[in-house]
Amino acid sequence: MTSGLRSAFNFGLLGGVVAWHACLVGMVESFSERRLIGETVELSYVWLVGIVLLIGYLKARNVQAPGIAVFHSIVSGATIGAALTLLALLTSVFNLRDIFPFASPRLVELLTLERGIADALGLLFPILGGAVLGAAAGGLALAPPIWRRTITVALLVTVLIGLLRDIFAAIVPRDVVSLIFTSRGLLPMGALVVFVVSGALTWLIGTFGLPGISTDASSASRSVATPWKYAYLGFGVLFLLTFPLWGKLFLSNVANFIGLYIIMALGLSLVIGFAGMLDLGFVAFFAIGAYTMAILTSPKIGTFTLTFWQALPFSMLFAFLSGVVLGLPVLRMRGDYLAIATLGFGEIIRILALSNFLKPYMGGAQGITSVARPEIAGFVISKPEPFYYIVLIGCVVAWFVAARLKHSRLGRAWMAIREDEDVAQAMGINRVETKLLAFAIGAILGGMSGAFFAGLVGSVVPKSFELLVSINVLAVIIVGGMGSLPGVLVGALVLVGLPELLREFAEYRMLVYGAVLVVMMLFRPEGLWPEAVRKRELHKDETSAPQRVTTSVTASTTPSVKD
Amino acid sequence: MRRLGLRIDFSQLIVWIIGLLLLALVVIGTISTLQTGKYSAQQWRDFVVFGIAQGSIYALIALGYTMVYGVLGLINFAHGEVFMSGAFTGFFLANALAENGMIDSNPILSLIAVILLSAAVSTGVALALERIAYRRLRRAPRLVALITAIGASFFLQYTFRGLYGSGVKVYPTVEILQGSVFGIQKTMIVVFIGAISMLILLYLFIQNTKMGKAIRAVSEDVETAALMGVDVNRTISATFAVGGVMAGVAGVLYAIIFKQVNFFMGFIPGIKAFTAAVLGGIGNIPGAAMGGLVLGIFESVGPSLFLEGLGIPAAYQLKDVIAFLMLVLILIFRPTGILGERLATKRV
Amino acid sequence: MKRLFGVMTLIAMLSVLLAACGGQPTTTPAEEPAAEATEAPAAEPAEPTEESTEATEEPVAEATEVTEEPAADPVEDPLGVVEVAPGDSIILAYAQVISGPNETLGVDSIRGVELAMDAFGGELLGHPLELVGEDSLCSPEGGQAAATKLASNPQIVGIIGTTCSSAATVAAPIIDEAGMVMISGSNTAPALTDPAEHVQGFLRTAHNDKVQGAVAAEYAFNVLGVTTAATIHDGSVYAEQLANVFAERFTELGGQIVAQEAVNAGDTDMRSVLTSIASDSPELIYYPIFVAEGGFVTSQVGEVSGLEGVKLMASDGLFSPDFIDAAGDAAVGMYLSSPDFSAFAGGYEDFLAKHEERYGEDPLSVFHANAYDASTLILNAVEQVAVEQDDGTLLIPRQALRDAIYATADFAGLTGNLTCDENGDCADPNIAVYEVVSGDSSLWQDEVVQKVYP
Repeated sequence: MTSGLRSAFNFGLLGGVVAWHACLVGMVESFSERRLIGETVELSYVWLVGIVLLIGYLKARNVQAPGIAVFHSIVSGATIGAALTLLALLTSVFNLRDIFPFASPRLVELLTLERGIADALGLLFPILGGAVLGAAAGGLALAPPIWRRTITVALLVTVLIGLLRDIFAAIVPRDVVSLIFTSRGLLPMGALVVFVVSGALTWLIGTFGLPGISTDASSASRSVATPWKYAYLGFGVLFLLTFPLWGKLFLSNVANFIGLYIIMALGLSLVIGFAGMLDLGFVAFFAIGAYTMAILTSPKIGTFTLTFWQALPFSMLFAFLSGVVLGLPVLRMRGDYLAIATLGFGEIIRILALSNFLKPYMGGAQGITSVARPEIAGFVISKPEPFYYIVLIGCVVAWFVAARLKHSRLGRAWMAIREDEDVAQAMGINRVETKLLAFAIGAILGGMSGAFFAGLVGSVVPKSFELLVSINVLAVIIVGGMGSLPGVLVGALVLVGLPELLREFAEYRMLVYGAVLVVMMLFRPEGLWPEAVRKRELHKDETSAPQRVTTSVTASTTPSVKD
Repeated sequence: MRRLGLRIDFSQLIVWIIGLLLLALVVIGTISTLQTGKYSAQQWRDFVVFGIAQGSIYALIALGYTMVYGVLGLINFAHGEVFMSGAFTGFFLANALAENGMIDSNPILSLIAVILLSAAVSTGVALALERIAYRRLRRAPRLVALITAIGASFFLQYTFRGLYGSGVKVYPTVEILQGSVFGIQKTMIVVFIGAISMLILLYLFIQNTKMGKAIRAVSEDVETAALMGVDVNRTISATFAVGGVMAGVAGVLYAIIFKQVNFFMGFIPGIKAFTAAVLGGIGNIPGAAMGGLVLGIFESVGPSLFLEGLGIPAAYQLKDVIAFLMLVLILIFRPTGILGERLATKRV
Repeated sequence: MKRLFGVMTLIAMLSVLLAACGGQPTTTPAEEPAAEATEAPAAEPAEPTEESTEATEEPVAEATEVTEEPAADPVEDPLGVVEVAPGDSIILAYAQVISGPNETLGVDSIRGVELAMDAFGGELLGHPLELVGEDSLCSPEGGQAAATKLASNPQIVGIIGTTCSSAATVAAPIIDEAGMVMISGSNTAPALTDPAEHVQGFLRTAHNDKVQGAVAAEYAFNVLGVTTAATIHDGSVYAEQLANVFAERFTELGGQIVAQEAVNAGDTDMRSVLTSIASDSPELIYYPIFVAEGGFVTSQVGEVSGLEGVKLMASDGLFSPDFIDAAGDAAVGMYLSSPDFSAFAGGYEDFLAKHEERYGEDPLSVFHANAYDASTLILNAVEQVAVEQDDGTLLIPRQALRDAIYATADFAGLTGNLTCDENGDCADPNIAVYEVVSGDSSLWQDEVVQKVYP
């Protein structure tokens, strides 16, 4: 019992640390103006409430007996509250502001519900609030699964829609928007409607399932009835084809960048996922594609003025050639030596583009403007909406190439090299040529993406080709699931789409992005849509861990997040 | 099969030719620079001294990379942030000491206090990183751990940005460190001595203590070490802690010669230190120290020596190009870095 | 190898094929300007009207009086009308870099905007003021992402952004097309307000690099009497441009540029590059860069042999207490070009006090005051052109708003007396050169920097 209480207290302390973090990095204060629902529910409180709910929920799930569970989550919640009270006290008694700019009087006001620390109620407010929320979380944890899911989903959807108000406002007619939204978030009535509707939908789907999809518990995979399969497929195609029509300017732009990353990630996937070479400088090929496009088409540089379509093959050609040239020296290196050498190449390309040395040819820091836009039948495509279709076609082509290569003789040679280089070589696979081909074909896709980028944005500067791009592409592949093509899609949607949606977090975007990366890798190391083989490997590994030798092999087919 | 062998030789030949061409370019550049006689011997010595000071800091950070790589086979991308956290936190103590005059009346004690705080914070961050982010992923593919490290790096950067604000903070000037001895800045001498003594301490720790032996054993072979009764978890934590201490000290040394700290200061030194670790042979502790120094010197001397003779304008803009090209060159001719790898080459 | 060459030849053939039959290459470059030219007519109505010029003479005129001013039927506007329902906020937006190594520039500007809104009491014409915003990074794609998002929100009245000129090049046409107006406090690239490339929706309160770089060169040559100079830039668009303008003007005047060096953003060790410059023995080093790198250069100059007695000069990128902190006493005696602060009375100390109170720290960088002025321009213009309807709905016609901003003349802002020309340059053309006389930033500004020119 006491050890149980201590664990509840520890959970609370953990939550307290997270809550302190949220307060001291300024998220609470900065988001206090960000009204999600009506005039009162602000993102700052939602954030803190979310922490308490999550901790309370996790604690309650951790305990078997229902009564004790709720009690424990109340303890956890109150502990978090107490931590916040302590923070409010410390902030107002000592002047911490010289060190922590966000330990401000405003923070104290927020934490004590505008009452200040002199008021006992103000001081008690976080503790009481924490306890009440802890109880709610405990209750939620004990509710039957269907209700638990319904309420969780409905809550999340409501918060999410409140957060993404601007995006909805951009694509839905204004009269409809004003029905459920204020100028910044949801109307109280609108929030209720969203909550009820999303809850009802979740409940219905949870109870009856999606039409045509049988979720047979005994078989791990879902089977889809044939006519419905076509219906879903048709819906998907229709969705993709009509996207710019209803997605309008902003979402089309986001979709374009997701598309560019998909093309790049497919290219990198050949290198890393298929052939197993860690390339941290993939941005080099993206940059080469973009700069080739810019140099060949821009009148600002003046040597060539080709059209977009004429320059596109050259972009890919140069990317390919540079893939060969850069690849030759580094391909004999293994593992991390390869990683740092490629990272170096990425930086070298960027610095050269930036340098005074090559300024007459590459524009230096000013970059190159007036890059040619693609033109189809006399119609110049300069806006994100029509450009979407070009990117879409590019994605389809890249997908086709990658998918065909994967199952080709070459693809199998890559896999062999990935699994064991020496054995592959012994089996008669030419190590250097095979790896070089992976590198160079990947580079072509990178170059294509870069060329599209230049045409889409219309100007090219060295700043766009920083190491961060390589890192993001790599993250797309790993988060999606290494070596898996659908994984690339999901990864790009999540990691490129997400920061765009996270725009609401303004300057905390990168903070949240970093945290999401860590959490995602900790709880789903195989990626969001892993290759079947890889997933099996990972779980085989888990089951062969010493403490689990006794569990049967079938257990590994149902991945459990809690482990 | 014979054809296969021939082909490999062919590609290797191309690589060697590329390498030799680059070397030739370097030699030509060097000769023509020296012929113009633009720089005096004094200036060449200055270049080297500046390079050594910068290189000592790279070396101390690189140790953390290389030790973690040794035991876990993981590129701890967030190590640059470990360095930043210490230096950034140390500022507040240094500033307080400067305000009440301690730093001028009792500079050695103040310096030690700042170093202790900085090292403590860095160590804490390194340990938390290991416990929260990496421990669960020991069996996961290394790329997964790499992405985690990258995520942690972003998270730490922006956490400290939020905590301490995003402005540039400036360490106070220490009066007794002003001026120079034998034409070399006192600050440089302090930094160099500091770095050397940390290296010696680390060497003694690794060679002579029980924990040092355990760290060496784990980096040779985790499973065998575990069978021999080494507490693997504790050893790995200790490795991170040692890396953190080194980074914390590096942070203060950095502050002594460069003064300014901010939340983004760890990123570039982190990448450079990683390069230095690879340059010296990753996993090899003396190699990391050596790699750091070599990198620092090349960055400082290289642009003037190699590029100016070739008539390239704004040579110092290209110093990273030199650093990375040199890395590739060294890896072409010595595929396991300057001092070679102490570990088995194959760790997948 | 065979397969490799196969792929290569295939691509080569493909490119030749496409290049051969890909239409007439000569038409495209000709068509590009033509397409731009079709947008140009929109420029004409933007010519400032007489009556709004009058209105801006006294920018703090009472709201009630000014709302009657706009002529004709304000509800109809070629660019559309923003409707602010009773109780709703008037929404301003920022497009600034708020992540990555340049983020202090953006955060600094945002604080300028927030303080400008505070100066209006957080509300205008009975409606609360609200600030939304996007991270525009410091790159074209960032500018595009931010601009498309902001352009999708019809409630936004005006935008303060972007931080970097490369982002503005792409963002400005998108914002312009949406009918909005964007004023930047930190875009200095000449191309943005070049009559050939300027879009109507874009203005700036930052200095055109052409002006500032030239003044610096003139001061160095004519007043300081130096004949040899070296420049350093940091690879940013701002610094590279300024260094080039300085070099051009200095050479024109008869001086000699002995070295044009560059460092990378994020570099810390400047001693090597300075040693290299020392071997060319210039009399003056001009480094129009930002606080971090500028601090390193300034404090390390003294440690390099051969640079004793060299004169140092920088631009408004370093004109802040933060820089004095970073460089300390080493900054004493150096020259900084900046807007002429003596043209108007005070105001800035007051701003600094409010900044400290609200954010608990000194300004992070240098463009907060420009951003402050940019926001004030927009808010003043809104105050002038907005029409309140009987039910309390506020109507803000967009073209009229633009016109009112373009009509700004002699407005006493934090950065000088602002007058907008037809190309969107609003900054005070009076650039002064200041000398740093103290290394103690707490005394900012009169005891630290003193005007020496003109």
